[in-house]
Amino acid sequence: MTSATTPVVRSASERRRTGSIAWHVGALAVLAVVLYPVIWVVGASFKPSKDIIASLDLLPTEPVWANFSGLADGISGISISSFFMNSLMYAVLAVVGVVVSSSLTAYAFAKIRFAGRNLLFTLMIGTLLLPYHVLLIPQYVLFRNLELTDTLVPLVAGKFLATEAFFVFLMVQFMRGLPRELDEAAKLDGCGHLRTYWSIVLPLTRPALITSAIFTFINAWNDFMGPLIYLNTPEKYTVSLGLMMFRDQEGISNYGSMIAMSLVALIPVIAFFMAFQRYLIDGMATSGLK
Amino acid sequence: MTLVKEAPVRPAGKRSAAPAAGRRGRRRENLAGYLFMSPWIAGFLLLTAGPMIASLYYAFTRYNLFTPPEWVGFDNFTTMFQDPRWQKSVEVTLKYVVVATPLKLLLALGVALLLAQKRRGQGLYRAAFYMPSLIGASVSVGFVWRALFSDDAIVDRTQKIFGLDVGGWIGNPDYVLYSLVALSIWQFGAPMVIFLAGLKQVPRELYEAAEVDGAGPLRRFWNIALPVISPVLFFNVLLESIHAFQVFGSAYVVSDSRCGPADATLVYTCYLYQKGFKEAQMGFASAMAWTLVIAVALVTAVLFWSQKKWVHYEEAAK
Repeated sequence: MTSATTPVVRSASERRRTGSIAWHVGALAVLAVVLYPVIWVVGASFKPSKDIIASLDLLPTEPVWANFSGLADGISGISISSFFMNSLMYAVLAVVGVVVSSSLTAYAFAKIRFAGRNLLFTLMIGTLLLPYHVLLIPQYVLFRNLELTDTLVPLVAGKFLATEAFFVFLMVQFMRGLPRELDEAAKLDGCGHLRTYWSIVLPLTRPALITSAIFTFINAWNDFMGPLIYLNTPEKYTVSLGLMMFRDQEGISNYGSMIAMSLVALIPVIAFFMAFQRYLIDGMATSGLK
Repeated sequence: MTLVKEAPVRPAGKRSAAPAAGRRGRRRENLAGYLFMSPWIAGFLLLTAGPMIASLYYAFTRYNLFTPPEWVGFDNFTTMFQDPRWQKSVEVTLKYVVVATPLKLLLALGVALLLAQKRRGQGLYRAAFYMPSLIGASVSVGFVWRALFSDDAIVDRTQKIFGLDVGGWIGNPDYVLYSLVALSIWQFGAPMVIFLAGLKQVPRELYEAAEVDGAGPLRRFWNIALPVISPVLFFNVLLESIHAFQVFGSAYVVSDSRCGPADATLVYTCYLYQKGFKEAQMGFASAMAWTLVIAVALVTAVLFWSQKKWVHYEEAAK
């Protein structure tokens, strides 16, 4: 205690501690602003409709359940669960499509040396930068001529045909990182490509597959433009369209239920995010690096 | 495991000894390759290349879906350039891209620098900041935004504290676009995570050496961190500006379904949607789409050209 060095040591560790406190205060301040809308929607879903805009309180003074129970009535005769089932169907089909078709394609790019591979790979990457809108109209005309509008087919066809280049790219990057010795050994053991793909490469690519699956699920769940263009009967609407319909018909009068349904619609996304955020964030990070 | 060691590269002499087998093997590899990627090839031909050719053709026709396309040459383009609503949509989109992209990247970089420090709970912070990027595209969040920025709601009341009385942003044609900008900035998580990954590549020794030499935090950032993360910065600028050009959902949901009031949020794709799917002017909409493709290609080309001046790649050092 009497040693001369003590005050020096203490002041250094104190400085470090103040630095750490300042860091946390700063980070929490930014976080409060960023998460404000999320907390707001939770609070608002328990407020009476008339208070939602007008009251400044983040949380309701007297929480009410009316907004949620109001959802049971559905939207112009269609039950809320129908929108959720449609969205779920869309999202699950999209996930299956992306995982199967993109992993097959990625295996070819990463593990098979075939003529024209580099050219095709460049084309695939090129589609990443292509504005989606140039394809929107001819694709609509195509699916209309095939009489497939107002079904899920136009929404998921591209997923089964590996047109989501981002996921192919993610999986190629991942598969290229796997030790080459593994598939060479499999080849010497007499495994064909199908066997190598299924029993060796696919299990090892699991993190990339999970990342793609979760991203696909969330994107399909949030998708707005696709359903807006292709679906026309309200019974087939996804949650996004159901919400829009709700707003157009009930407007400001039933603000509470609209906010409550918004919250319920976010729950799957937030739940997926909480469960898999590690994969998602690492997947996002690798996409920006080589 | 011994198998791995015993798998040698086939000696060159052996290959020439059995050219037939090699050729057959190569042909088999080609076949396997094309079989494995047949979903992508089908998708590329049917849903990408084919539609591109079709839309290029439609751009030069008058086409309302019900009668066959009628060739009109450059009519769609000349009408488009003279159309005041098209001009408005270009103006609105450029304003959105130019304001939203830099602000979003600045915030992403700022928070990434904050989170790059080793502190407790880092992972939790990272996840929390990332969340808006995933839920931001949802119609639900569009509604929340509308509520937050409408008359007498939180934004309106906060600005009154600072003596600004412009009312809610949603109903005000001069401000409504900035509520969309705010929504875009709010989703800074994806570029932030990419910046964070880039910041991990900054050599610690270099940073510490600079500190010993008396370089302040700003100088260390400018001279050490920034050059290292410049490829990542380039990637983020490219991706975010291309995305910003294509904004649709938020404009459609947050402002009303016509992208108003007074066309104040008539972003390019919103007008394209109106022309194509509300007015069934598929030819005009296709001409708009190709103009967008050319604009995005130009921006990409300019960015790629500019990277020589400010992006540092490691290869030079190695």
